[in-house]
Amino acid sequence: MESIKVLIVDDEPGMRLGTQRVLKKHKIDVDIESEYQGLELIIDLAESGEEAREKILADKPDIMILDHKLPGIQGVDLLDELKTDKTDIHTIMVTAYASIEVAISATKRGAFDFLAKPFTPDELKHTFNKAVKHLVLKWKADKLAEEKKQIRFEFISVLAHELKSPLAAVEGYLRIIDKRMAGDELSGYDKMIKRSMTRLEGMRKMIFDILDLTRIESGKMKRELKQVDIIEVLKDSIDSVSPDADQRGIHIHLNREEPLFIDGDQTELEIISNNFMTNGVKYNKDNGSLNINLKEADDFIIIDFIDTGIGMTEENKNRLFGEFVRIKSDETKNITGSGLGLSIVKKLVGFYNGSVEVKTVLGEGSVFSVKLKKGDNNG
Amino acid sequence: MEEKTILIADDDMDLLEQTTAVVEGAGYKTITADSEKSAMEILENTQPDLAIFDLMMENMDSGFILSRKVKEINHKIPVIIVTAVTSETGLHFETDNTKSSWIKADAIINKGIRYEQLLSKIEDLLK
Repeated sequence: MESIKVLIVDDEPGMRLGTQRVLKKHKIDVDIESEYQGLELIIDLAESGEEAREKILADKPDIMILDHKLPGIQGVDLLDELKTDKTDIHTIMVTAYASIEVAISATKRGAFDFLAKPFTPDELKHTFNKAVKHLVLKWKADKLAEEKKQIRFEFISVLAHELKSPLAAVEGYLRIIDKRMAGDELSGYDKMIKRSMTRLEGMRKMIFDILDLTRIESGKMKRELKQVDIIEVLKDSIDSVSPDADQRGIHIHLNREEPLFIDGDQTELEIISNNFMTNGVKYNKDNGSLNINLKEADDFIIIDFIDTGIGMTEENKNRLFGEFVRIKSDETKNITGSGLGLSIVKKLVGFYNGSVEVKTVLGEGSVFSVKLKKGDNNG
Repeated sequence: MEEKTILIADDDMDLLEQTTAVVEGAGYKTITADSEKSAMEILENTQPDLAIFDLMMENMDSGFILSRKVKEINHKIPVIIVTAVTSETGLHFETDNTKSSWIKADAIINKGIRYEQLLSKIEDLLK
């Protein structure tokens, strides 16, 4: 449970204790989310600016109710000090003569609000509530910022790890080749060179995927919306995976020939189509099949990519769209990929008011259903 | 010279390929395994002259599990464990192959393997 530390600074004992009494009886109700309900107040008192300074240094309060006129160091001067220390205390200035000058000067020095003496308990509660509400909002904002930073940090560390691993592999091969450690027979190095090329290719793919992902996320990807024939896009994808598919005896079939237009960006649709097509071949079994079935439903196009591949467990299916997620198993260990493809696809499909659904049976295959809106895909 | 056989287990395809190539290049025979499970199966009916295990495969301590198995079969067979754990965490493993030591390995080598170092270690341990 969170608590709010309050420091009341006033040289008049009556004011100090009176304020404390009002706040102690006061039930905080600032209409905020439940996680901040029932905040507890921890109230401390100081009778001079000097004492307040000491207490602030020892344990920074969240809210300070500060009398403007104090015997030694003045309220405003204390504010000045705090400002340079960059301590974020919500200060409510208490002034005997409410003048606009004092208000301006206090606000300039970082006071959150001010109260004119004499004030009623209700006025105190009202002003105090405002400060609490502001404080809680700030806490929430800080928490969000921290979470965002954490996510970014995690992304970067995973990324670094993912890039380090192919680098280490290629470096290892080069060292062996450099010192001819595998003997004098040149053919003994063929596999190492092939593997190095595969790892570098994977690394390049990952870098391109990251560029795509960051462009999409930052909204900097230029979209050129026009009528795009999705059948042409799918056919181009089929052509690009055909060499691999043929080599492994995988049969690809598209159930429609006549054009089907969608209001979209050519590049985006290509990325989506290529991803499912490549996955449908990569994670298929030798001599399997990949069927692409198109349906129209109201304003939407639904494309099913049905493979006879290795399938997934329910648990892995749920992880599938995360960043850098690669399903690890005996079947997938020789398949390269950035683990970013589906997370890119998911973001792109969002531009088309669409969705991706997965049905899968381990060992038997998967169906990826992509739903895209035909028109009005302006974001 | 009689050809010695070295069992190499690593679930990283590239490291397995590299270690195997280097070890074979130095004139040893190799048997390879790409998992703890498959190494275990090999050990059921084969007795290598030396074994090199990656520490983390299916389990966090696959290398130690395999090492213990090797020592059960014949405590004279030297075991080298390859790991990235020490360089990433600063953990230090005892390599003292005595009864009191819970880790039964004769050498622990950090990943980012310098293969010359690996070869000289193998040579030492096979003496």
